[in-house]
Amino acid sequence: MNRRARLSVFGLGAAGLAVLFALALAGMPDFGTSDHPYRDLAVPAAVAHDTANVVSSVNFDQRALDTLGEEVILLSAVVGATALLRPTPHETQRPPAPGGRVLDGTILMAYLLLPLTTLIGLDVVVHGHLTPGGGFQGGVVLATALHLLYLAGRYESLARLRPLDWYVWVEGSSAASFAGIGLVGLGLGSGFLANVAPHGSFQNLLSAGTVPILNVVTGGAVAGGAVVLLAQFLNQALGTTPQAAQKSAG
Amino acid sequence: MGVLAYAVAGWLVIVGALGMLRSRNLVQATVALSVAQSGTYVFLLAIGYQWSATAPVFSSGSPPTNQVVDPVVQAMALTDIVVSAMVTALLLALTIQIEKTHRTLDPDELQRLKG
Repeated sequence: MNRRARLSVFGLGAAGLAVLFALALAGMPDFGTSDHPYRDLAVPAAVAHDTANVVSSVNFDQRALDTLGEEVILLSAVVGATALLRPTPHETQRPPAPGGRVLDGTILMAYLLLPLTTLIGLDVVVHGHLTPGGGFQGGVVLATALHLLYLAGRYESLARLRPLDWYVWVEGSSAASFAGIGLVGLGLGSGFLANVAPHGSFQNLLSAGTVPILNVVTGGAVAGGAVVLLAQFLNQALGTTPQAAQKSAG
Repeated sequence: MGVLAYAVAGWLVIVGALGMLRSRNLVQATVALSVAQSGTYVFLLAIGYQWSATAPVFSSGSPPTNQVVDPVVQAMALTDIVVSAMVTALLLALTIQIEKTHRTLDPDELQRLKG
């Protein structure tokens, strides 16, 4: 099918979608009204479990099983990308060449921001049940902190600070402990991933039962997963030589 | 005004799909897919919106109330973002492998090479 034919088929499909979408919208409740039946159920359920951040309560308490599925998606994506990006028989691994010139200011900023970003990441993870944030967001911030070293042109120190085996284990064991915490609820007779821990007092660090525990576990899984994933791409870009290129270089 | 939020969501999905269709580069197609997916975030958040309601996070200054935007769709948007990031990572990994084996990133070229 040539491009013109493809475009006209798409035009028809897009027009059909637009019409159906408009019809669906016409039958929906108005935008911005106070008619939110799910909200009316989710907010009291979160307050009943002393969770100040209702979004965290939905993710790690009311719909925790879905989040377990999300963790498995994360895990399988990391495994899939690692399998796809492993060096083929035609490639050779080489120690990454030292990078080009990096501005002193960039290096200074990266070193200043590394501890700061790590702290912010930990803070976002730990306070996921009190303030906006949580395991997913904080985990990404933590993984970003490490990769500031790459921005500073220090791939070697990034590689040293990042014993990849550890992060593989952190990723795997965090995802497993998410399911393990769920099984604790099942063992206590409340159901899989039920909020069985003491609820503590509302808006305190120690509140919301299993929500902060699952947040920490998720933070570990996301940080580990992101580091392992990015390591595959960095290794592909910096540490792998295709055989053809090697021949021409030699 | 409210229609605009839904229209932006629909427009993003269609423009993203058009970008994938017209793309001559697999990396561009991956980015176009992300654009289409961001339409779903806008759609989810538009569904949960309520005029002059606050965020569904109760700090010491804001006692629990029902007049907040819908937290359920916000949690779904979070799931959506995670899945979208993972899909992007997998597609980029596939793109690297395709470039290695076929020496091209043009989806149309790939079709021709297959024969």
